[in-house]
Amino acid sequence: MEIPYTHTPRPDTGLYNAKVGIWLFLASEIMLFGALFSAYILLRVSAPVGFWPDVALAWPRGLLNIPIGTFNTAVLITSSVTVVLAWAALKMNNFARFRVYMVITVLCAFAFLGIKSFEYNDKFSHYVIRLQDGKALTGHIEVDGKHPRFWNFSDQWSVAKLTEQKVAKIKVEVDPARDINGHPKKGASHQHEVREVAVSDIVSMGSYTPATHPFFAVYFLITALHGLHVLGGALVLGYFAFPGAKMWKSNPEQFINRIEVGGLFWHFVDLVWIFLFPVVYLL
Amino acid sequence: MQSTASHAHTSATDSSHGHAHHEPGFFGKYIFSTDHKVIGIQYGVSSLLFLLFGFFLMLVMRFQLAYPGRAVPLVGPLLEYVLGEDMAKGGIVGGDLYNSFGAMHGTIMVFLAIVPVLFGAFGNYVTPLQIGAPDMAFPRLNMASFHCYFLGGVVMFASFFTPGGAARSGWTSYSPLASVTDLANRFDGQTYWLMGMVLLITSSLLGSVNFIATIIQLRCRGMSWMRMPFFVWAQFVTGFLLLLAFPPLEAAGLMQLMDNLFGSSFFLPQGLVVSGSPLPVSGGGSPLLWQHLFWFLGHPEVYVLILPAIGIVAEVIANNIRKPLWGYKSMVYAAMSIGFLSFIVWAHHMYLTGMGTKVATFFQTTTMMISIPSVIILTALFISLWGGSIRFNSASLFALSFLPMFGIGGLTGLPLGFNASDIFLHDSYYVIGHFHYVVAPGTMFAVFAGIYYWFPKITGRHMNEVLGKIHWAGSLFFMNCVFAPMFIQGFKGMSRRMSDGGTTYFGQGIDPGVLKLNNMILWSAVGLGICQIPFIINFFSSIFAGKRTTSDNPWQATTLEWATPTPPPHGNFLQEPVAYRGPYEYSVPGAKTDFTPQGDKN
Repeated sequence: MEIPYTHTPRPDTGLYNAKVGIWLFLASEIMLFGALFSAYILLRVSAPVGFWPDVALAWPRGLLNIPIGTFNTAVLITSSVTVVLAWAALKMNNFARFRVYMVITVLCAFAFLGIKSFEYNDKFSHYVIRLQDGKALTGHIEVDGKHPRFWNFSDQWSVAKLTEQKVAKIKVEVDPARDINGHPKKGASHQHEVREVAVSDIVSMGSYTPATHPFFAVYFLITALHGLHVLGGALVLGYFAFPGAKMWKSNPEQFINRIEVGGLFWHFVDLVWIFLFPVVYLL
Repeated sequence: MQSTASHAHTSATDSSHGHAHHEPGFFGKYIFSTDHKVIGIQYGVSSLLFLLFGFFLMLVMRFQLAYPGRAVPLVGPLLEYVLGEDMAKGGIVGGDLYNSFGAMHGTIMVFLAIVPVLFGAFGNYVTPLQIGAPDMAFPRLNMASFHCYFLGGVVMFASFFTPGGAARSGWTSYSPLASVTDLANRFDGQTYWLMGMVLLITSSLLGSVNFIATIIQLRCRGMSWMRMPFFVWAQFVTGFLLLLAFPPLEAAGLMQLMDNLFGSSFFLPQGLVVSGSPLPVSGGGSPLLWQHLFWFLGHPEVYVLILPAIGIVAEVIANNIRKPLWGYKSMVYAAMSIGFLSFIVWAHHMYLTGMGTKVATFFQTTTMMISIPSVIILTALFISLWGGSIRFNSASLFALSFLPMFGIGGLTGLPLGFNASDIFLHDSYYVIGHFHYVVAPGTMFAVFAGIYYWFPKITGRHMNEVLGKIHWAGSLFFMNCVFAPMFIQGFKGMSRRMSDGGTTYFGQGIDPGVLKLNNMILWSAVGLGICQIPFIINFFSSIFAGKRTTSDNPWQATTLEWATPTPPPHGNFLQEPVAYRGPYEYSVPGAKTDFTPQGDKN
């Protein structure tokens, strides 16, 4: 006996096997991201007051680049539209158009990842510095005339490391002053003031990385996990567009099903971002 | 090569393929097989081996509890040789080694032994046969699921040999303890544990998607929902529990991995001091978060451990009492209620964490609610026995003794579900006694019942009844001698965490008689181990020399798995099966025989 309903729907459920499978998988994924969002909420509501210096609030706000995030949202939504158009093109028996839309989808995915890695890079060289006088500074730093870069993990600086390497002063491009919501203060200059800080004045310092604050830990974990989903989805859709497209000749019905199932996953990845963007960037 | 490969097949196999099929070689057939029956056997063999390994860990721990500070006989030198002088100097189990054996005993038994044997082995082998399916819906996912499980097992096992030893923060891996056990070496046993868990969670995700899709999509003609055997229902509900409860633990595992490797503070509060010096982390995390995420898996997991076991027991009992299960529909609805309620009872493990009395009251109420469907199932099985002509073979003896044993396990859980009494009993030996009654004489007896029951279908041979009955009687006696004294120890306030069995508190008000029970438990556990020898002999000798079955349906059972050739060939059924009736049509008035198989038209 062969396994039934691999590409034709079962009459009483109206679904083929893979469609049941992908919906179940997505249910599980919802629980995975749901747990992470719940963790975000719990950590945020239970954060100790005054734990983050810059904004007089327990939880850092306004540290992420909203225009870039908005642009990335648009990129992902575009890819969600094109993946549907690709599927529809196959339904209309137009393979050439399918391939064009699929390529656009995959390009959007990689554009998203590229923009995301630019954002990551910015965070890895952005520091919060607590000073002896009780004040705190945030901004990008320059050590020996060089900006730290994230692809080199040894470029992460701490007070101990600065002392050890006998660095006396670092330059800080201080961020513009912020209001209680983390937005730049009205009327404040958008110019970065560059200030020299003596290492002996620094109590502690850390870049915008998971070790510095639970906010960054949650931010990096959720976005990195989402990024892995984008990457995985892009690889699978790219496979369907080129090497996997041979099936269009041999078994078109199942090929369309594959695109549909892949598209469902892609919509889910998009949907996670639709929740992630307001929660992490805007709220 | 073609001829040697097909040689091992029965003639039934070859006739099942109407069209030409590629005969797989050794690797294709036994290692990279996509056949649900082979995967079921792979799961069965590996999980039984892990079960034995977990049992040996426990024996070493029980020796340490009964004779603290004495070298372990027989295996002591081996421990010192394998794990090094730091861990087991002179063959004596130190505190660290005890902790790591404790953590790994729990982990191995739950995630590598019981769940895989129930869901992976029995579920894989029997479910598609019982619903009349040719295989699982996604055979290659099924294979990937086993490989993830096996890799996870290898990682867990390898963690014993890492510097510093395996994870030693309990099977629950509570933070911050789990993040600070080895500050010098970040790639410690705990990190291995987390990586192993991610693999095991992936495995169960693939498995559960597959099971649910198979049961929804591949039921044969006539196999309506209420004609499915109760075992299939149990697997169906279990599939949903695994699908939805495991991902939060995966999320928690990733967070703990970040805490351990990248210095984040998901679960580390501010002002944490370890060994007298402040921990160099930012803090601001919440230890309660880990517990919530862990027990969100942990409690449904309890029902993952028991529902398929009840499913096996229901099959074996219905077959051996020769009458239909009483209240089949109530049992199905009860199983579904258990599945739903098990998602909202998790925090009854956390009454002592200070999460607040209002929250505790909510979880106390839901916990009492979930006992109702459990009692419905047990009651239905007990009432089923009434007026049956019971056959007392090894399978049915194990299934029948499951009922009171699981009953004890369930009823002793009620004082733990109540907030007030739990505050006294929490973290005492009472808790250990309670959940081991559910899982050891409960689930394990169901596993044995299942092995004796389905062995003839898998191998075409019967297991020896005399050895089986010795195995049953000895196991039942010693299981109770092991776990019943723990209730007494718990009531007397003995903590479950002490590696010296409570000797530290000797003369400080603890009843010395309670400590003597440790000796009784040790020697009963040894006895329990000895009683498994007849089973192991029986298992292997019966594969090669057991009495051959005379028909495809030796137990005269009704469900569809007995309508296949023995052993079932690739593709399972010779012609398309059809279910004409419910699953337990035993002793139907007017029928020719006392059983009417589901696939029989008249």
